[in-house]
Amino acid sequence: MKSFTYERVDSAAAATAAFARTPGARFIAGGTNLLDLMKLEIETPSHLVDVSRLALDKIEATAEGGLRIGAMVRNTDLASDARVRRDYGLLTRALVAGASGQLRNKATTAGNLLQRTRCPYFYDTNQPCNKRQPGSGCAAIGGFNRLHAVVGASDACIATHPSDMAVAMRALDATIETVDAAGKVRAIPIADFYRAPGKTPHLETVLAPGELITAVTLPKPVGGTHIYHKVRDRASYAFALIAVGAIVQRDGTGRVALGGVGYKPWRVEAAEAALPRGAKAVADGLLAGAKTTHENAYKLPLVERTLAGVVAQAKG
Amino acid sequence: MQTPEEFELSRRGVLVGGAASVATVTLVPIGTATAATPPAKSPPTAKVAFEVNGTKRELELDTRTSLLDALREHLHLTGTKKGCDHGQCGACTVIVDGRRINSCLTLAVMHEGEKITTIEGLGTPDKMHAMQDAFVTHDGYQCGYCTPGQICSAVAVLDEIRAGVPSHVTADLAAAPTVTKVELRERMSGNICRCGAYSNIIDAITDVAGVKA
Repeated sequence: MKSFTYERVDSAAAATAAFARTPGARFIAGGTNLLDLMKLEIETPSHLVDVSRLALDKIEATAEGGLRIGAMVRNTDLASDARVRRDYGLLTRALVAGASGQLRNKATTAGNLLQRTRCPYFYDTNQPCNKRQPGSGCAAIGGFNRLHAVVGASDACIATHPSDMAVAMRALDATIETVDAAGKVRAIPIADFYRAPGKTPHLETVLAPGELITAVTLPKPVGGTHIYHKVRDRASYAFALIAVGAIVQRDGTGRVALGGVGYKPWRVEAAEAALPRGAKAVADGLLAGAKTTHENAYKLPLVERTLAGVVAQAKG
Repeated sequence: MQTPEEFELSRRGVLVGGAASVATVTLVPIGTATAATPPAKSPPTAKVAFEVNGTKRELELDTRTSLLDALREHLHLTGTKKGCDHGQCGACTVIVDGRRINSCLTLAVMHEGEKITTIEGLGTPDKMHAMQDAFVTHDGYQCGYCTPGQICSAVAVLDEIRAGVPSHVTADLAAAPTVTKVELRERMSGNICRCGAYSNIIDAITDVAGVKA
């Protein structure tokens, strides 16, 4: 690990100011992903700004009837919150499908959104990777890629976003609130938060350097049956091959978001309009234009079949 | 045939020869070496004070020091084990402010003022914690390397179930989770045991929880 200086801050303003005055700074909260990457020298910050004690650890009701989830709320606490379990069951289900109990006790809401891909070539510093080292190439294309993206990928990168939580938040129309060093706040719909890899896969979100996530808000509950079905290589504590997050209403309409298929949680509103007609129609729309590799074509039928199972489960 | 003594001698001879050849290769004129490597700057340090197993400890650490390394290398509490050092195996699990975490994936300096419990703080050979006792009774280990992490995790898992924390296998999110084998297996999935003592580990935990396995 490269050496770094460390400071703990007690306000968002102090955090963004510390970032702005220190070249090479990074925010750290739960640290479960950042420290892992620092050990491998994939991340090499020269200064860490510890934001883990900011007073952003509350879940509050909003005037619109939704919830505002502080950026520092731990994954365990978010999954356990009585309002989340009752009104946003998909979010609890997605959270507890991810990582381990130990990691969920540390990982934060904001950090979960910002975690990096688990592409093995991103992690292997002996291999080319355009995300880790722009311009070096992509070893996953033509390599071991049964875990990789089938939609939204580019010739430069076929990595997937690893978060389960983000899949639920996409289906729930979450909004990400941020503040920058100038004190400017903005609200970014999660649909617009992640950047397509294109030729610049190292740029993963629309956040500017030093912009700090302060909260994630959920609109008022939409009811329905909430199901998160994650398919993985072992029964627990593994990343998704594919995941289907769905909210299905009594009349058969609903929302569908996918994990494990692209650089972001994958939802196509026009495709889910076909939900009353069954899983195939929705899967066809969601995966239109899919481009598979020699190892991951199985993901297309797996999405359709998993969604069929989810729809059947929702009908009870 | 070589006697063991002769083998030792010849092995040492090989080692000496090896060291000499390395020394030859790395001989560099002093002036060149000085120019190429500026004097090493000592890495940044920071002070941290926390409580470990009920005792206040103060350390000044290289900021890179993980909580795991602080416990093992600086406080010499070697009960907590380093397995993968990447949060994948759970051997380093400790309880911080009542919650189990991977001590390998957190910086020691981030734990100012917190209360840390390691396997040494749960019990001693003379006065074992109920979970330690149950692991012995049910033979919940073979090599024992993952055991401190398993036990710290298990103690916290029962607290999590009591607190109503849901899991991936909790059928009804509106109801309080219960202690079942399926729940325990899911909740303990962050602790890997390569000897495969899993079934006995679950027996030990269900014993402590006071339910029929």
